[in-house]
Amino acid sequence: MADIVLDQVTKRYPDGTLAVDKLSLDIADGELVILVGPSGCGKSTTLNMLAGLEDITEGELRIGGKVVNDKTPRDRDIAMVFQSYALYPHMTVRENMGFALKLAKTPKGIINQKVTEAAESLGLTDLLDRKPANLSGGQQQRVAMGRAIVRDPAAFLMDEPLSNLDAKLRVQMRLEVAKLQKRLGATMVYVTHDQTEAMTLGDRVAILRAGVLQQAAPPQELYDRPVNLFVAGFIGSPAMNFMSGTLAGGSLRTALGDMPVFGRVRQELSTTSQDVIVGIRPENFQDAALVPADLRPNGITFQATIDVLESLGAEKYAYFTKDLGKAKFVAELEELARDAGRADAGASDETVVARLDSSTRISEGDNAQLWADARWLHVFDPATGRNLAVADAGAPGHGATTPSG
Amino acid sequence: MAAAATTTTRQKVGWGAGNTAAIVIVAIPLLWIVSLSFKTPAAITDPSFWPAQWTWGNYSGILTTATFVRPLLNSIGIGLIATFIAVAFASMAAYAVARLAFPGKRLLVAGALLVSIFPQISLVTPLYNIERVLKLFNTWPGLILPYVAFGLPMAVYILAAFFQQIPWQLEKAAKVDGATPWQAFTKVIAPLAAPGMVTSAILVFMFCWNEFLFAISLTSTLGARTAPAALAFFSGSSQFTTPTGPIAAAAVVITIPIIIFVSVFQRRIVSGLTSGAVKG
Repeated sequence: MADIVLDQVTKRYPDGTLAVDKLSLDIADGELVILVGPSGCGKSTTLNMLAGLEDITEGELRIGGKVVNDKTPRDRDIAMVFQSYALYPHMTVRENMGFALKLAKTPKGIINQKVTEAAESLGLTDLLDRKPANLSGGQQQRVAMGRAIVRDPAAFLMDEPLSNLDAKLRVQMRLEVAKLQKRLGATMVYVTHDQTEAMTLGDRVAILRAGVLQQAAPPQELYDRPVNLFVAGFIGSPAMNFMSGTLAGGSLRTALGDMPVFGRVRQELSTTSQDVIVGIRPENFQDAALVPADLRPNGITFQATIDVLESLGAEKYAYFTKDLGKAKFVAELEELARDAGRADAGASDETVVARLDSSTRISEGDNAQLWADARWLHVFDPATGRNLAVADAGAPGHGATTPSG
Repeated sequence: MAAAATTTTRQKVGWGAGNTAAIVIVAIPLLWIVSLSFKTPAAITDPSFWPAQWTWGNYSGILTTATFVRPLLNSIGIGLIATFIAVAFASMAAYAVARLAFPGKRLLVAGALLVSIFPQISLVTPLYNIERVLKLFNTWPGLILPYVAFGLPMAVYILAAFFQQIPWQLEKAAKVDGATPWQAFTKVIAPLAAPGMVTSAILVFMFCWNEFLFAISLTSTLGARTAPAALAFFSGSSQFTTPTGPIAAAAVVITIPIIIFVSVFQRRIVSGLTSGAVKG
């Protein structure tokens, strides 16, 4: 096993397209790092550069301390699991798993032993003599994993390995990947566009947008302290609600009312008044009737007519409409939604989603009293998208997005 | 329902009649040649379809004379060598066409198409002169070269289509597994393109086997003359008998290798060999 260091790695295609822009990321030995982002953000290109399947235009890539920019895939000692599995259809499962070792001229006995071990750990023992065409999707996926494990490589690269499985199997395999990675103590770079996978699986999650690293942090930190509008809108489901606001006179004026501000935002705003984008996650709303009196000063109470109420059993999603003043920065939010590849992130309509406790008595059509927790407000600079409440906004030099650009 | 059933029945009858007619048109001359090959020289003009008296005489006649056996061996040798060379080069060329973007690719593909549709008759005279100068006239290479030239474009087109169907990721997987580009091609891609190679091999071989114009123009003796050309030089067992029977027998004989060739390999020409490679 080995660590991987990306130092200002850049990929520029001959036609001038910049796929990855000065990506710097240190991946520790044994760490599981997720590369996540909407399609076209450069995550797969990055993985291909790690594997040696694509050239690095600029920058340096080190695996285990050695610069491998000019090394061919076979000299990098990395294993890769492909989205489509890419099993060799003319070989049996056994031959598929042993192929890399055979190419490395490993003695037959050792190949057999390693393949048998890997097959046992993945529950593939009975399938070793079958061809890939005679396996189910889940079994094929396991073989693809087995092919990687058998080699005992310096690092594993996973290119959306679970996205072709059905939902149930995906959850099961997600757990198995996590267990496997812990057991092997493997360095793993895992690409996905699925934020649930990213949040549940990774030690650290690196979010990319248009080839630029936005933030690389543990999942909880990404969720609690997104460095910019893009990360805030990308992580979380349902997505964060955005509305316009004005910081002035020690409070934050929004369509929901004047909110108290806490922490770093307070320092930021003290000097001048300023237009901002305010983000509130759905779970930071609550039925006002359920909020204890001593908590209420931490937020504001407001009236809203509930348009739709969805009950999910453990919780209820309330949708209501407010004049959020989104028109002011609608272009930014639309671009964000498009980039994030999801319709619910910062959509241009004026709907707010609130996640309420299931014990709420609010029903559809009510003019209900809701409470918004101001302690978890996110305040963004509309010009740069930077989160004003997070001190170190983004990776040095290129953390902030430019929503207008 | 009734109307639909009537239409179906009608269609069945229509198709059946059409198919039968097509088969009869193709099969009758074929059976006629077979029948002729078993007739005695005296019965050649006999109008009955099947011979009254069956004889192997025509076959034993042609198979014991060098005028047929030698050209038959020439045909087999030249056909196999030309096919092997054409398919080997075509698979490499087709791989490049299917996988790589390189300058002049369109030109190459267009050029290949141009070569394959070029009328052979316009090349016979220049080839004749060139081969005489190069001392290739009336030799095996003298026929193999033009056959490869005409077989290549066809094989490239067929194989490029097959290579394009093979998932690109398989090659990436092979590279990550530690294969050199050559190993990736020979161990992963080529086995998967085997049906394409067999298909193109059969077509190139059939082309070489049936080719007549070059065979008759670029050869002068039994040393390099192929079977179809040799047929034209047949004479009867004596100077005064028409060689109809032997020609019919030879025609049947040269059909046999093609039938064997196709029936041996046809099981390999199955699509779906790549199923299970990738999901989705």
